[in-house]
Amino acid sequence: MKNFKLDKDADGVLLVTFDMPDRSMNVLNVSSMGEIAELTDMIKSDESIKGAVITSGKKAFCAGADLEEMGGNLASAQKAVAAGGKEAEAAKKALYENVYKLNQLFRDLETCGKPVAAALNGLALGGGFEFVMACTGRFVASDNKNAKVGLPEALIGLLPGAGGTQRLPRLVGLMNASGVLLQGKQLRAAEAQAMGIFHAAVPADELIATAKKWVLDNPKAKQPWDADRFKFPGGAPYTAQGYQMFAGANAMVRKESFGNYPAMRNIVACVYEGSQVPMDAALRIESRYFCDLMLRPESGNMVRSLFLSKQALEKGEARPEGQEKGEVKKVGVIGAGFMGAGVAYVSAMAGLDVVLIDRDQEGADKGKQFTIDEQTKRVKRKKSTQEKADAIINRIEATTDYSKLKDVDLIVEAVFENSELKAKITKMAEEVIGDKAIFGSNTSTIPITDLAKASSRPDNFIGIHFFSPVHKMMLVEIIKGEKTSDYAISRAIDFVSKIRKVPIVVEDTRGFYANRCVMRYIQEGYNLLSEGVKPALIENAGKMAGMPVGPLSLQDEVAIDLAYKVMQQTKHDLGSQYVEGKGDVIIDKMYNAERYGRKNGKGFYVYEGREKHLWPELGQFAVGGLQDPQPNVNDVKDRLMYAQAIEAARTMAEGIVHDPREADLGSIFGWGFAPFTGGAISFIDTIGAKKFVARADELLEAYGPQFEVPKLLREMAKSGETFYGKFSRTARKAA
Amino acid sequence: MADAYIFDAVRSPRGKGKKNGSLHEITALSLLTQQLEAIQDRNDLDTSKIDDIVMGCVSPVAGQGADIARTASITAGYAETAAGVTINRFCASGLEAVNMAASKVMAGMADMTIGGGIEHMSRVPMGSDGGAMGVDPMIAFDHAVVPQGISADLIATKYGFSRDDCDAYAVESQKRAKKAWDEGRFKKSIVPVKDQLGVTILDHDEHMRPQTDMQSLGSLNPAFEAMGKVMPGMDYVALQKYPELEAIKHVHHAGNSSGIVDGAAAVLIGTKEMGEAMGLKARARIKAFAEIGSEPTIMLTGPEFVAAKALKRAGMDVNDIDLYELNEAFASVVLRFMQAHNIDHNKINVNGGAIAMGHPLGATGAMILGTMVDELERSDKETSLITLCVGGGMGSATIIERV
Repeated sequence: MKNFKLDKDADGVLLVTFDMPDRSMNVLNVSSMGEIAELTDMIKSDESIKGAVITSGKKAFCAGADLEEMGGNLASAQKAVAAGGKEAEAAKKALYENVYKLNQLFRDLETCGKPVAAALNGLALGGGFEFVMACTGRFVASDNKNAKVGLPEALIGLLPGAGGTQRLPRLVGLMNASGVLLQGKQLRAAEAQAMGIFHAAVPADELIATAKKWVLDNPKAKQPWDADRFKFPGGAPYTAQGYQMFAGANAMVRKESFGNYPAMRNIVACVYEGSQVPMDAALRIESRYFCDLMLRPESGNMVRSLFLSKQALEKGEARPEGQEKGEVKKVGVIGAGFMGAGVAYVSAMAGLDVVLIDRDQEGADKGKQFTIDEQTKRVKRKKSTQEKADAIINRIEATTDYSKLKDVDLIVEAVFENSELKAKITKMAEEVIGDKAIFGSNTSTIPITDLAKASSRPDNFIGIHFFSPVHKMMLVEIIKGEKTSDYAISRAIDFVSKIRKVPIVVEDTRGFYANRCVMRYIQEGYNLLSEGVKPALIENAGKMAGMPVGPLSLQDEVAIDLAYKVMQQTKHDLGSQYVEGKGDVIIDKMYNAERYGRKNGKGFYVYEGREKHLWPELGQFAVGGLQDPQPNVNDVKDRLMYAQAIEAARTMAEGIVHDPREADLGSIFGWGFAPFTGGAISFIDTIGAKKFVARADELLEAYGPQFEVPKLLREMAKSGETFYGKFSRTARKAA
Repeated sequence: MADAYIFDAVRSPRGKGKKNGSLHEITALSLLTQQLEAIQDRNDLDTSKIDDIVMGCVSPVAGQGADIARTASITAGYAETAAGVTINRFCASGLEAVNMAASKVMAGMADMTIGGGIEHMSRVPMGSDGGAMGVDPMIAFDHAVVPQGISADLIATKYGFSRDDCDAYAVESQKRAKKAWDEGRFKKSIVPVKDQLGVTILDHDEHMRPQTDMQSLGSLNPAFEAMGKVMPGMDYVALQKYPELEAIKHVHHAGNSSGIVDGAAAVLIGTKEMGEAMGLKARARIKAFAEIGSEPTIMLTGPEFVAAKALKRAGMDVNDIDLYELNEAFASVVLRFMQAHNIDHNKINVNGGAIAMGHPLGATGAMILGTMVDELERSDKETSLITLCVGGGMGSATIIERV
């Protein structure tokens, strides 16, 4: 066998070592699945084999199914199903039969009639964990920190389709299974063992022997669900205890997902239906629900953006042609405020040496304190050790001395948004840093090209725009000034990749990409408020559309005094070009009433302890009073989403962002654009340019010019093109 | 089409639906059997003339499962030709059973029938029959179904009823029930329940708390706040259907919601001709009835719509009805109905309701219809509309008039 090494011992126990050649990770693909079938036959038919122990020859056990391979024949099935009629049914059936193979494979293994024990000595995710659960005996290394299990499928719009929705709840009950199934929670060995997933957790050096002994001691081993009188742990749906739990699960998932994530809904359905029938029927049901997800746009969009594109961008997909990947070892962070402290923290966490500079030592120390506090929390929560924490803390040198910057690879300047101050700092840093070092400004409002004027080496001057809070936000915008070189972009990407964030490359424009688009969300919130839509409806519609918070809530988080200052600055910068929005008067009044948002406990919401509720006096902003009746929530949702998506399309049309993948991930990680859509550009592609433009035109007519689509989109509506088709890397190269 | 007449109506007193309730000690079968026996005895009934017995029951399992209507027809000693069927329209089952029995008569497919209902909640708790509605994602998830208490609080929030409004309504319900009992207004219908020995075990509604006042209600915690706001967060599910609301205000508690009780009822319904042939005196005529579906998440607003439908069918106006009887499932349900149709409190639930006396789910509809037959006679009025809100978003209503 290619992927499995076999070694039968004198007792007749076959040791199977999963170790795929030419791959760093074991996966389930056509090749390994074929061999698992062969293996099952061998165990079953070879009388000299008493049973088997399956382990991994790699650090991890198995990372799950090969997602790229899986997507293979899906497009044709989707097309046939979309066409409808008899062929649709045939296509569904064919898809199901293909998907069911994996379930059949593991079901054959678990019913082969001989004991098969998994000896888990590393990470098992998705199909890998499902493989483990399909073994009649399950053992894990207690002293291996990497020996974790999890089912991340829901996070990318899928469900564990190799028995995971059936076996896990049958082992641990719905309650314990739900975090793993629905939220992608990973379990450490001890946790998983305590729940009842493993027969035993033993030290790594006893793992194989323990599993082998179990095989010899249990020649008739069966899964609990294949034994008579199996009872679903915690109660099946139609038991007194189970009923409450399933009712609760439906409610919680509906509450969390707003019905936007069919994967979560189908997982609940799999457990609900599957728990009422024997395993074979349950697995068929699971495969059907898996196919159902594959045929919906959410899964494809989520796999593309949240898995494939994310991986590609993290690896530096946005790197300009001809540039080599390089190493960043030391960074300078100038300005130790909240942003700078965050940048220093994530850099140190990623193993970089950091010089953290502020005006005075007290300020610099305060910036470093953030890392100390965060690390102390991690140690307290047992997520790290004091030793590791100390190592991270010690990587940060808090100082006022610019000469310490002399050997840094890159600088992140994170001082106040003041051009003169930034110019001064640029000069001070450039006096000491090396020729090859990159100067990055974390400005969010000032054009990079303007700031680069203060630089003696503008080719190495760039924008590195973080989002707040830095340690939680995944996105970093890399902003190209007029003179920024490809080398500088490449180095910035090196840095962002190193700190494990997602870099996207954006041209220099007001608000760059993310802030420019998210403004549209907030502005549409103002438009709705001004037009007399109830604040609760505005906020709920935002959340129902898939945004993390409503537009008014978001403004409160960003701070209204900041919005006021940006508004004043923009007015000043644009002069007669400035177009007044319906929100201007609202921001004005809120600012003058000192309602700044969460920061001072009063904004569009009133904050009381951990609770908040809408300020009861928001009705004053409804110019013509509250509408009666209130608009349909779907209209409000469309307004909030189209306003953002149109702006994203505009940035593509203007060439601010070049790659739809960057625009999509920028939208999800930058401002929380509904992840189930795959991002703001996938949102348009999924609706289809033609339908999207038609709807936007309706909104334009009814609500105003914010719904004017760019010319590009009208052309796409005519030609039937998609952003992903038109702007793929290959298409762009050809053009 | 034949007219359907009501010749008699009986009900059991309502026992507390708990282990310490008086009726917990007898069976559901005995409870219903005694009502059928009473109908027979009081009317000297030739039960071979009974075509069908239709009984409402919301959780028709265990002791009240397997077609309790037919079971009780046998045990009550009815002629074996008297068939029985059990039906379920949730809280309106008892009224629905009356309507179905009446429709057989009206259609000419039956001459004499019995409608009624039973719920032995102390032994067969709510939800004992399971059901997809609460747990199957196809309905619970896809259609944002929430428990009734959340719906009742949603009604209060949406239509602006405060905790005080609901509590004041509840206090009045208790007062009215007490007065009705004191004046013997239920005397005509109440059939005391006997134990295994034939000794009376309950002769009054034992759930009542006539001493209730605003202060005593004020000390009760909202019953649905925890499941609404915390675990599992049902409010947030309901708000996805009512996004114009910021939050649900939780105003209902045990004191302003219907009580959980045991009880059974039976109503004798037939054609005028058969009644005369059997020597029975008609007391009321069923003028019209209706059922309707309404938005299932808010669930309990059906009475507003079904009343309008029944009135239209009867060619009547809201003001043509002398007395309204709306099951007091929750205070907000009645308050909303009064608000929607602009009905004076003096015309509705004049003898109190389920907040004071309890709501034996499958029986209540038949019980309150009987209450209205008695009350029309006592107060010398002509017409009454009886209605109930129903789980899953429905309503049932029946209009009767004295003859």
